[in-house]
Amino acid sequence: MNGSSGISNPPSRTLISAVNLSKLYPVSEGWFRRDRSFIHAVDGVSFDLARGETLGLVGESGCGKTTTGRMLVRLTEPTDGQVLFNNESGDLEDIAHLKGAPLKNFRRRAQMVFQDPYESMNPRRTIFDTVAEPLHVQKIGDHSERFERVSETLSMVGLTPPSSFLFRFPHELSGGQRQRAAIARALVMNPSFVVADEPTSMLDISIRTGIMQLMGELADQLGISYLYITHDLAVARYMCSRIAVMYLGKIVEMGETEEVLRNPVHPYTKALLSAVPVPDPGADREPVTIKGSVSVPVDPLPRCRFYDRCPIADDFCRDNDHPPLEDKGAGRLAACHKA
Amino acid sequence: MTSDPVLVVEDLTMHYATRAGPVRAVDGVSFSVERGQSLGLVGESGCGKSSIAMTLLKLLPDNARLVSGSITLNGVDVVPLSENQMREHRWDRISMVFQAAMNSLDPVYRVGDQIIEALEAHSASAPRDAMERVRELFDLVSLDPSYIRRYPHEYSGGMRQRAIIAMALACEPDIIVADEPTTALDVIVQDHILREMQAIQRALNMSMIYISHDMAVIAEVCDVVGVMYAGKLVEFGPTAEVYARPIHPYTKALMSAFPSVRGEKHDLATLPGEPPDLLDPPSGCAFHPRCAYATDECRTSIPPTAKHGDQWATCWNPVADVDSE
Ligand SMILES: Nc1ncnc2c1ncn2[C@@H]1O[C@H](COP(=O)(O)OP(=O)(O)O)[C@@H](O)[C@H]1O
Ligand SMILES: Nc1ncnc2c1ncn2[C@@H]1O[C@H](COP(=O)(O)OP(=O)(O)O)[C@@H](O)[C@H]1O
Ligand SMILES: [Mg+2]
Ligand SMILES: [Mg+2]
Repeated sequence: MNGSSGISNPPSRTLISAVNLSKLYPVSEGWFRRDRSFIHAVDGVSFDLARGETLGLVGESGCGKTTTGRMLVRLTEPTDGQVLFNNESGDLEDIAHLKGAPLKNFRRRAQMVFQDPYESMNPRRTIFDTVAEPLHVQKIGDHSERFERVSETLSMVGLTPPSSFLFRFPHELSGGQRQRAAIARALVMNPSFVVADEPTSMLDISIRTGIMQLMGELADQLGISYLYITHDLAVARYMCSRIAVMYLGKIVEMGETEEVLRNPVHPYTKALLSAVPVPDPGADREPVTIKGSVSVPVDPLPRCRFYDRCPIADDFCRDNDHPPLEDKGAGRLAACHKA
Repeated sequence: MTSDPVLVVEDLTMHYATRAGPVRAVDGVSFSVERGQSLGLVGESGCGKSSIAMTLLKLLPDNARLVSGSITLNGVDVVPLSENQMREHRWDRISMVFQAAMNSLDPVYRVGDQIIEALEAHSASAPRDAMERVRELFDLVSLDPSYIRRYPHEYSGGMRQRAIIAMALACEPDIIVADEPTTALDVIVQDHILREMQAIQRALNMSMIYISHDMAVIAEVCDVVGVMYAGKLVEFGPTAEVYARPIHPYTKALMSAFPSVRGEKHDLATLPGEPPDLLDPPSGCAFHPRCAYATDECRTSIPPTAKHGDQWATCWNPVADVDSE
């Protein structure tokens, strides 16, 4: 697979593919003098997600993780590119620009879990109403069937007995319980694909592991595929078989999680990894070699996005386009002229 | 090592008065910090970490009640001091760095002017010297001097945190309390800032209290660590020892629930239940409802202190060898 060429005929075990996905946001007036400036939030991103697989999307804030996730479940419409979804009949359908009934139909299959369950829930609606909402929107079942389905789903996510949670309000739940309820809402439709956007980053460590394990078990039991978004590489290590590292709207490296962590190829991945503190007072880390901080990709120059901060960049990197995401051996993909 | 404690905290208890009753946010906490030492306070949200920080600085909300204990800063107990008297200690002897998200910078003043104001309030230095000092401070925290005359909104998150650190350093305090100083920042910026803070601390032989929910951050920057649960210190000791052989089951559970990017990929442990409500903490050892080792006495009686060298924990059933009495 290559960053700049589309994927024709992904293998049938592929559930969803991003093909050259981009999202540009016009810069609000007054920021910049130029007439038409754009934030290249996501810029030509391609990857496949297999059935039952969990792919991690990692990187620092502002690199485009959430925007990518939202495009895959069509909460955000892409500016360019395709989102190919393998539907029930085994056909690949481009859902990037769906509207109306077909979009509503797609929503049965693809759901999103957000970082802050409190923000994604209406404080005046009970847990039953919150979790049943997708059923209501999709006009599935009568009241007693919905009641049954919601209760089952609450048990599945560990909110037991369901009867003691159904008629509580979000503020009457702890943070961990709220995130379980949010997961229940995403699962109540029995989706095959879930985008989980930092689902545990607001949770305390003693609660976090439980949610991580729950999500892993549900994936196994129900055959769900996740796009698991996290800024925490240690969490990605436990949740994801493969990871994609993003930097300023681009995937700069992708591969098997353990392999990438053991032997990162892209200089950005190396820096990111060496910056992660380890819970071992005796451990020595290599110093982080990159300077500066993440910027906003407004009308980026046609050169490697990482050029300004890269410790190994040279004139070639300055004078050429952003490098394609290409095979660097053993299935590892990286976008770097020098690696 | 001869002991030269900058801060000695004894039996500190602070409650918040609420309509539902007192919230026992800080409950009989004792520890000391030596000159040049960095202490970490680690624990999950709501266990009372920020409450300790605010109590040490005596920056408490109206409903806070300092119930008992002493806070001895360079030999002076600051608990009985009036707010006016306390002001002479704050910034000068003890200062603080809060979480980047909590804005300790005033958005309507230039950052340089805010630091000068802090300097002038605490020393008799002339304006010219103050400006010189701001330049030194910017240099110390790796901020470009051109930002001295800029406003906080022109700074990135990492730069704002550096400015807040510069402000905390302005009067060369003996000790800085840093409450989640890098929690809102990305890892690369966090790494730069933690390394800088450590270098400055060593260069000035300052003491630090780092407060964090992140076991990894504490492991990297602290000589000694205190683990908090439900308003109490439940384990304390040299970081290397506490992490290698935790005595308290809670410390052990936290450690084995924490994922790491390096080393063996061990299975992550889960802890049942949730941290307790400090309005009505469990009897005996507050951790007993979640503890795999709990026995009858844990449910009914305050646990004794189990020691091992410089390390101690309050537990009836220690999970590591301890010294016999
Ligand atoms: N609705 C929007 N309008 C304008 N800019 C946006 C919008 N959403 C995201 N962005 C910008 O797009 C970039 C990527 O954002 P995001 O996808 O949220 O990143 P991440 O989730 O990795 O933090 C950022 O620079 C962000 O400011
Ligand atoms: N002003 C206040 N009034 C009442 N309760 C408070 C107040 N501030 C904090 N608390 C409570 O005190 C406990 C300890 O809080 P805090 O010190 O902020 O913990 P941490 O910093 O470890 O997350 C929590 O239960 C919190 O809800
Ligand atoms: Mg995001
Ligand atoms: Mg706090």
